[in-house]
Amino acid sequence: MTPKTYTPTINQKIAKKNAMIPHITKNKETYTQKEGQIRIPSGCAISGIINKSGKSMSGEAIIKSISVMRDRSNGLGGGFAAYGIYPEYKDYYALHIFYDTTTAKKECEEFLERHFDIINLSKIPTRKMKEITDEPLIWRYFVTPLPTKLADNQLDEREFTAKCVFRVNTKINGAYVFSSGKNMGVFKAVGYPEDVGRFYRLDEYEGYCFTAHGRYPTNTPGWWGGAHPFALLDYSVVHNGEISSYDTNRRAIEMYGYKCTLQTDTEVITYIIDYLHRKKGLNFKEVASVIAAPFWQTIEQMTPEKKEMHKYLRIMFSAQLITGPFSILVGFEGGLMALNDRLKLRSMVVGEKNDTIYISSEEAAIRIIEPNLDKIWAPKGGQPVIVHLKGGKN
Amino acid sequence: MAINFLHPYYEVLRNYDKCITCRACERQCINEVHTYLPDSSRMVCDDGKCVNCHRCVSLCPTRALKIVRSGNTYKENVNWSGRIIDEVYRQASSGGVLLSSMGNPENYPIYFDKILLNASQVTNPSIDPLREPMETKISLGAKPTDIERDENDCVKNNLPPQINLSMPVMFSAMSYGSISYNAHESLARAAEELGVLYNTGEGGLHEDFYRYGKNTIVQVASGRFGVHAQYLNSGVAIEIKMGQGAKPGIGGHLPGAKIIGDISRTRMIPEGSDAISPAPHHDIYSIEDLRQLVYSLKEVTDYKKPVIVKIAAVHNVAAIASGIARSGADIISIDGFRGGTGAAPTRIRDNVGIPIELALASVDARLRNENIRDNIAVVVGGSIRSSADVVKAIALGADCTYIATSALLALGCHLCRSCHTGKCNWGIATQVPELVKRLNPDIGYKRLVNLLTAWQHEIKEMMGGMGINSIESLKGNRLMLRGVGLNEKELEILGIKHAGE
Repeated sequence: MTPKTYTPTINQKIAKKNAMIPHITKNKETYTQKEGQIRIPSGCAISGIINKSGKSMSGEAIIKSISVMRDRSNGLGGGFAAYGIYPEYKDYYALHIFYDTTTAKKECEEFLERHFDIINLSKIPTRKMKEITDEPLIWRYFVTPLPTKLADNQLDEREFTAKCVFRVNTKINGAYVFSSGKNMGVFKAVGYPEDVGRFYRLDEYEGYCFTAHGRYPTNTPGWWGGAHPFALLDYSVVHNGEISSYDTNRRAIEMYGYKCTLQTDTEVITYIIDYLHRKKGLNFKEVASVIAAPFWQTIEQMTPEKKEMHKYLRIMFSAQLITGPFSILVGFEGGLMALNDRLKLRSMVVGEKNDTIYISSEEAAIRIIEPNLDKIWAPKGGQPVIVHLKGGKN
Repeated sequence: MAINFLHPYYEVLRNYDKCITCRACERQCINEVHTYLPDSSRMVCDDGKCVNCHRCVSLCPTRALKIVRSGNTYKENVNWSGRIIDEVYRQASSGGVLLSSMGNPENYPIYFDKILLNASQVTNPSIDPLREPMETKISLGAKPTDIERDENDCVKNNLPPQINLSMPVMFSAMSYGSISYNAHESLARAAEELGVLYNTGEGGLHEDFYRYGKNTIVQVASGRFGVHAQYLNSGVAIEIKMGQGAKPGIGGHLPGAKIIGDISRTRMIPEGSDAISPAPHHDIYSIEDLRQLVYSLKEVTDYKKPVIVKIAAVHNVAAIASGIARSGADIISIDGFRGGTGAAPTRIRDNVGIPIELALASVDARLRNENIRDNIAVVVGGSIRSSADVVKAIALGADCTYIATSALLALGCHLCRSCHTGKCNWGIATQVPELVKRLNPDIGYKRLVNLLTAWQHEIKEMMGGMGINSIESLKGNRLMLRGVGLNEKELEILGIKHAGE
């Protein structure tokens, strides 16, 4: 729990000072570099809730859960991913975008109009509060790719959308797409996660799955885009840890057309999951066997069929193995996966009550929202907990 | 008689208080440096014949001997060093090309020594290899683009043939002929015990060594000595030797004097005939020809063995590697300019080629830029001297390393760089029966096993310090490296940051 004497104002002052610098690149020597210009290690708290029956709940519970772990964050980033929140627009990609300037907004909107049919656009509703300051322009667009563009590029809808997201994030200065899935959304900011949740009025959204992240970066000016979750299409990742395989993973994934613009672990993990699941067609169990692969000595003891499969996955996707400490929650359309590194160098517990699964860095963050659990356990390192909605696909 | 302009480089110093005149030195030195004078019951030395191989020093029971640089100097001159003056005298006297052995000893930058490794502190934990599994096992070969599934929706093994190794180190090519039977036996047995591979070089494979096939790479070089279908099928991989780091652009020459007995039979050439490997393969004048040889070899071996193409690190190595990655080859092996040799023209060895660190970094970057890095595994050699060099090479982007000089050192080589004389007092680079038997393969193989076992421990310690518990996660992990004392361009090519950044 947070000591009573603690005042977040110091960090917020730092955050504020840095957020006032619109283009830090220009003043590289003078100011702290932001994500993408430098690699920033961070410790964190994560929490997630999913209802297997697909029953909707409000964002209130996840805010309550993550707030318990306030001392695992330092006010330099918090965020949420929420699934099932846009049922009326479920067939459209919901793009959440940060803009530094109205010029960036104009340029980005022109780009979007050239590539997508925009069904609806609006500011994302927020609540003014003293804990969250210096917000960028935050907009939401419900879009569908223009059929002519799809045909011209010979790409499927998802690949096309992902490519457009990369284009905006790397080419349009001051525009940053931080959420791009269907019927889901990411909400993040600089601040403590519970404040971020209230800022985005998360309690007013209803969804079947929520994940949350409180960030403890060791060095960041507090750029909103650098907060977590990190998302691409409907995949979102919250992550606690610092992976030692980062540059191996990054250099491999960049070869397949991804651009690691933020230099954060979460970003590269998201791309790895997108690559393995969407592009290579592995199911989530297989994805887990790649990124937290069983040790060779364990594989040797498996049945011949399993041995063959695991050997294959390790050789074929050796550059997607992730080492070093991590606990991650991967949200996706129709489910949630929780996974620890193979040595379990980060805490993560799972609780179950009827149809609801709770996953968190700390048990307290589960107990606060559901004191009477049917069961609670700590998954072993490398053993994924994969939750699919009943009747959902793998 | 003409004046001998050359003064010996080394002086053999004998402590007569310690010398017991056992004459071991005399028996051990094939160069006949030591002689016994019966009249005075004293040993004397002819320094001019000494190659500084330390055989007598190591075997002297009373440690009465040591070898030092002779103090003789020419008038000091930065431009005309003593060595250069001597070489002019030698050529003026012989009219011949200067010959040398082993790797380039000159004062060029050693990039491995200007690269430092990272370690974990606070934000992530280091991992103790004594407590946790620490994986050094690797698999070498090409990777397919997509996965396939069988009727039960399970992933199918669609991998092309792979080489499996317990650690990312192999013994690189040294032919039977350039080194002795006992040296080959030591390498083969060590490879078997360690779960790695050794390489036949281009001299064919002695019939006694077919039993080590699971740990053998068979080489096909421009001379095609000892190449036949059974040979090609006897190992786990085939290496096409296009070039060698110690002598890029030129071939090889094993003098007829060494083509005797088993060597002649293994190479399939008459006794006493010179074994000349042409500079190019005369059926490969371009990349498309290489592709045909790659596939010819795959046909012979029923597509069950990966094909390695070995090249010397030269200026346009990245473009060449890119071509090889599209040639059907499974593995490319790059040999740096410090790589060893049994004999090379001195001027070639000391002036041609580029450092392996730079070659590796640019090849790895190029293959990634072209999205063909998965087509091919990259093995590097050409002066991998320690486990730290292995770790740095892997982090720069290599899949595996080749060692040879350090393996020979383990067998007793003292880097006297006189292999080309065929008179190796240590029984390694010689075919003289009484010298060969000095290398006991029972001891030799064990020393090789010791060396690599020690390296493996050290690799695990360094990985653990970085918080990495699988060598796969070290591959190409350049953030784990920092340069010291390197300029911007060097850092750019190596793809690493400077220390402090």
